[in-house]
Amino acid sequence: MRDFTEIWSYLAGDPLLWLCATLVAYVLGDAASRAMGRAPWMNPVLVATLLLGLLLWLTGTSYATYFEGAQFVHFLLGPATVALAVPLWTQRHALRPALLPIIAALLAGSATAVLSALAIGHAMGLSPQLLATLAPKSATAPVALGISEGLGGSPTLTAVLVILTGIIGAIVVTPLMNALRIRDWRARGFATGVAAHGIGTARALQVHPQAGAFAGIGMALNAMLTSLLAPWALGIF
Amino acid sequence: MIHALSLILICQLAGETVTRLAGWPIPGPVLGMAMLFALMLASTRLAALIVPAGTGILRHLSLLFVPAAVGVVGHLPVLAANGLGVALALIVSTVLALAVGAGTFVLVARLTGGRGDA
Repeated sequence: MRDFTEIWSYLAGDPLLWLCATLVAYVLGDAASRAMGRAPWMNPVLVATLLLGLLLWLTGTSYATYFEGAQFVHFLLGPATVALAVPLWTQRHALRPALLPIIAALLAGSATAVLSALAIGHAMGLSPQLLATLAPKSATAPVALGISEGLGGSPTLTAVLVILTGIIGAIVVTPLMNALRIRDWRARGFATGVAAHGIGTARALQVHPQAGAFAGIGMALNAMLTSLLAPWALGIF
Repeated sequence: MIHALSLILICQLAGETVTRLAGWPIPGPVLGMAMLFALMLASTRLAALIVPAGTGILRHLSLLFVPAAVGVVGHLPVLAANGLGVALALIVSTVLALAVGAGTFVLVARLTGGRGDA
């Protein structure tokens, strides 16, 4: 039998190991989420990230080495963004009668998300690079990464902020909407998609089918609007 | 399936090419999404081809976040140094955006006589 360190040094540099680790960590995270009855705080991405972070730290592996394997999963973010046309098309008939509320809520929700995050970040003394990283945090991950990169932010940190935003939105949306006495499922879902992208959309789908459909629309439209709004808003601060 | 995937990648490629050539601030895949949506509206046959593949890709959308999220290992010092500012910005802006977005939707739906499923 060959020495384990010899095999390890071969495997650790091979993309297969880290691609495999990424999928297994996600499967474990998804299982944990299901075991907790899909409680919003048990987020599969959060669990997978913690597991992989711990594994990288324990094995002394650099992020660059890890990413050589994980890049194959990461690459699919682009095609997944294009595929967001599917929920948009599926809901096209519900879209037309609600067109005016959708446009108004999109503009108001998206602008509030970007401007209030930048205003608070600016007041708290965050650096310009960190503000650029923060600006697109309500957009869905693949889009937010592209925006952040274009603005001179840090795409990898943006990904983390996007995921945190999604988890925050998914946790607060139900108590918040009940407190505000907003009962229109279209309004609740749409605002969730705009403010908290895919993770918020997943939550909306659990609560009500119409909320889920409108969350998908909100996420797709906000992805487009944020890419126009974020560079403009960043210019103000 | 292979036709649908090809079409999705072609839309992305077209989106990347146009945004780069025109110097637009929109990410290529977002323009690709708009192109695919327009194509699906134009042809029901094409839409029927795309729906299963697109739904399949989106089913595990959260998995695709993981490689980028693991990048946090390189940002722990930045986050620790700016923890309070970042946390406040994320929490307050998300709550505000939810409230303003839903409130605006309800208000405009009422003004324009849209039906609310109360």
